[in-house]
Amino acid sequence: MRQSHLAVLNFMPAIEITNLRKQYNGLVAVDSLNLKINEGEIFGLLGPNGAGKTTTLMMLTTLIKPTSGTAAINGFDIVKNPSEVRKSIGMVFQDPSSDEILTGYENLKLHGMLYGMDGKLREKRIEEILKLVNLEDRKNDFVKKYSGGMRRRLELGRGLIHHPKILFLDEPTLGLDPQARENIWQYVEKLTKEEKITIIITTHYMEEAEKLCDRLAIIDKGKIVALGSPKELKEVIGGDIVTLKIRNPNINGLENLNFIKKIEIKGDILSLVVMNANINLPRILKIAGEVESVEVKSGTLEEVFLKYTGREIKENASGGRWSEKVIQYKSKK
Amino acid sequence: MIELMGIYALWYREFKVFLRERSRVVASIINPVLWLLIFGGGLGANVAIKGVNYQAFIYPGILAQAVLFSSVFFGVYIVWDKKIDFLKEVLIAPVSRTSIFIGKVIGGTTDSLLQASILLLIGLLLSQGFIPGLHLTIYSSLLALAVLFITTIGFVSLGLILGSQMESMEGFQMIISFLVFPLFFLSGALFPIDNLPSWLTPFTFLNPLTYTVDALRNVILGISQFGLLYDIGMISVFSFIAILIGTYAFEKMKV
Repeated sequence: MRQSHLAVLNFMPAIEITNLRKQYNGLVAVDSLNLKINEGEIFGLLGPNGAGKTTTLMMLTTLIKPTSGTAAINGFDIVKNPSEVRKSIGMVFQDPSSDEILTGYENLKLHGMLYGMDGKLREKRIEEILKLVNLEDRKNDFVKKYSGGMRRRLELGRGLIHHPKILFLDEPTLGLDPQARENIWQYVEKLTKEEKITIIITTHYMEEAEKLCDRLAIIDKGKIVALGSPKELKEVIGGDIVTLKIRNPNINGLENLNFIKKIEIKGDILSLVVMNANINLPRILKIAGEVESVEVKSGTLEEVFLKYTGREIKENASGGRWSEKVIQYKSKK
Repeated sequence: MIELMGIYALWYREFKVFLRERSRVVASIINPVLWLLIFGGGLGANVAIKGVNYQAFIYPGILAQAVLFSSVFFGVYIVWDKKIDFLKEVLIAPVSRTSIFIGKVIGGTTDSLLQASILLLIGLLLSQGFIPGLHLTIYSSLLALAVLFITTIGFVSLGLILGSQMESMEGFQMIISFLVFPLFFLSGALFPIDNLPSWLTPFTFLNPLTYTVDALRNVILGISQFGLLYDIGMISVFSFIAILIGTYAFEKMKV
């Protein structure tokens, strides 16, 4: 009690990662990670497959031990005090983790029991959660009869039943169709509005990262290569990219415009990095010279990602993995 | 408190699954019955061992076999919980791994004993003159169940130890061929162990199932090689060691 009181006074971050490192047989999966995540934030870990996102999550949720370094979750050390950490967190896994021989209700009940909730409290919370994820009328159906989206919703709800301070979502919409994905996003947004909860989400969908996250860390080869809000990250690129085909360019004039961040010339092709190109384009065209053609590309996270990792993120690199697992699981018996 | 509820939670899941996977239960009952009626009936026509009708002689062995198979398989099936992320979901809860292990063991023990109970009911029925020499009573059934209770704890633990170290079901066939069947054949379930070549004797003495079969034969047929106390002592030692190793294996288990 005393500890948490003091912690609030000190504005304790929800998560503080210090030199966190994981090595498997000489292969560095996570390399000296340092990061602070604030309370109430939706924080995204963005990176290609094998970047170390899931390994990081597994360490933060005490499923694996770090090789060195540590992290404090809700003020509790993941190495020294894993059981307090576990009480503070909820997680939605990348692969299906509900038992499909049980009903939706039974899965929630099982989870409630694992978190030591007595019958009365459990029933109350199950009811709340079923309402939240809109599965009230399907609660007595076996999970094997659920669609992929419903199952994800159930698992999302299950991760919340014990009122965790911090919720981890590992690729929460992987393998879902666009509509189901939109649906999950809505629930996540609703959550941060209604409950005071910090959410850590790993994803390799740019759209997801941009739509949901307050801040993002781009991770590549186990390291954070960029950190900031989606807006800040896009500003690193400097703005929108305007490509002009031009004769006799007025370079001096363009250099005097303060909203132009960068100029590159290749033959008669002029590449400009421009803040707010949609507003400033007319002024550029007025003084640039004899312009033959114009192309404007607005800065996206994809370009930010490309800049930092030298690679494009492959949206479908592991697409359908989740649903494949569901199918595997179904054919097991 | 949370640990007890966690153990109960795991048992609750296993029990629900057991009740719903009826085909698995039916298969696990049919198999021993076929051994008893067809194998025992076919061979038993010309064989009697230690003055006992062959079918009656192998009935305790078949009981032990059924419990051996269902217990070990139950444990190894934890690989499936690993394959989907269900196991992670359990491991991330604030319940100790020891409790998770105990919950699993109790779940598997319940499964195996329910199957054994059905086989004992069938045995009671067959004792009504269908198998000459088999005189199972309710009292001896309960004693048999007690013996099987200690046995199944050990074998579920053994299965869980193996399953906790495996990453896929690829090794499953190996376990059947190199562990489960040898344990069965070297237990005296189908013939007295002194019929085996002498170089195999040490293996039969190291085999915990040998003592289960001997104890069951003792309480059901009244014939015994080692004596009931010795048998129960040996089975208890085996189960105790298996629990210890199992707890350790769960503590070290990678996910």
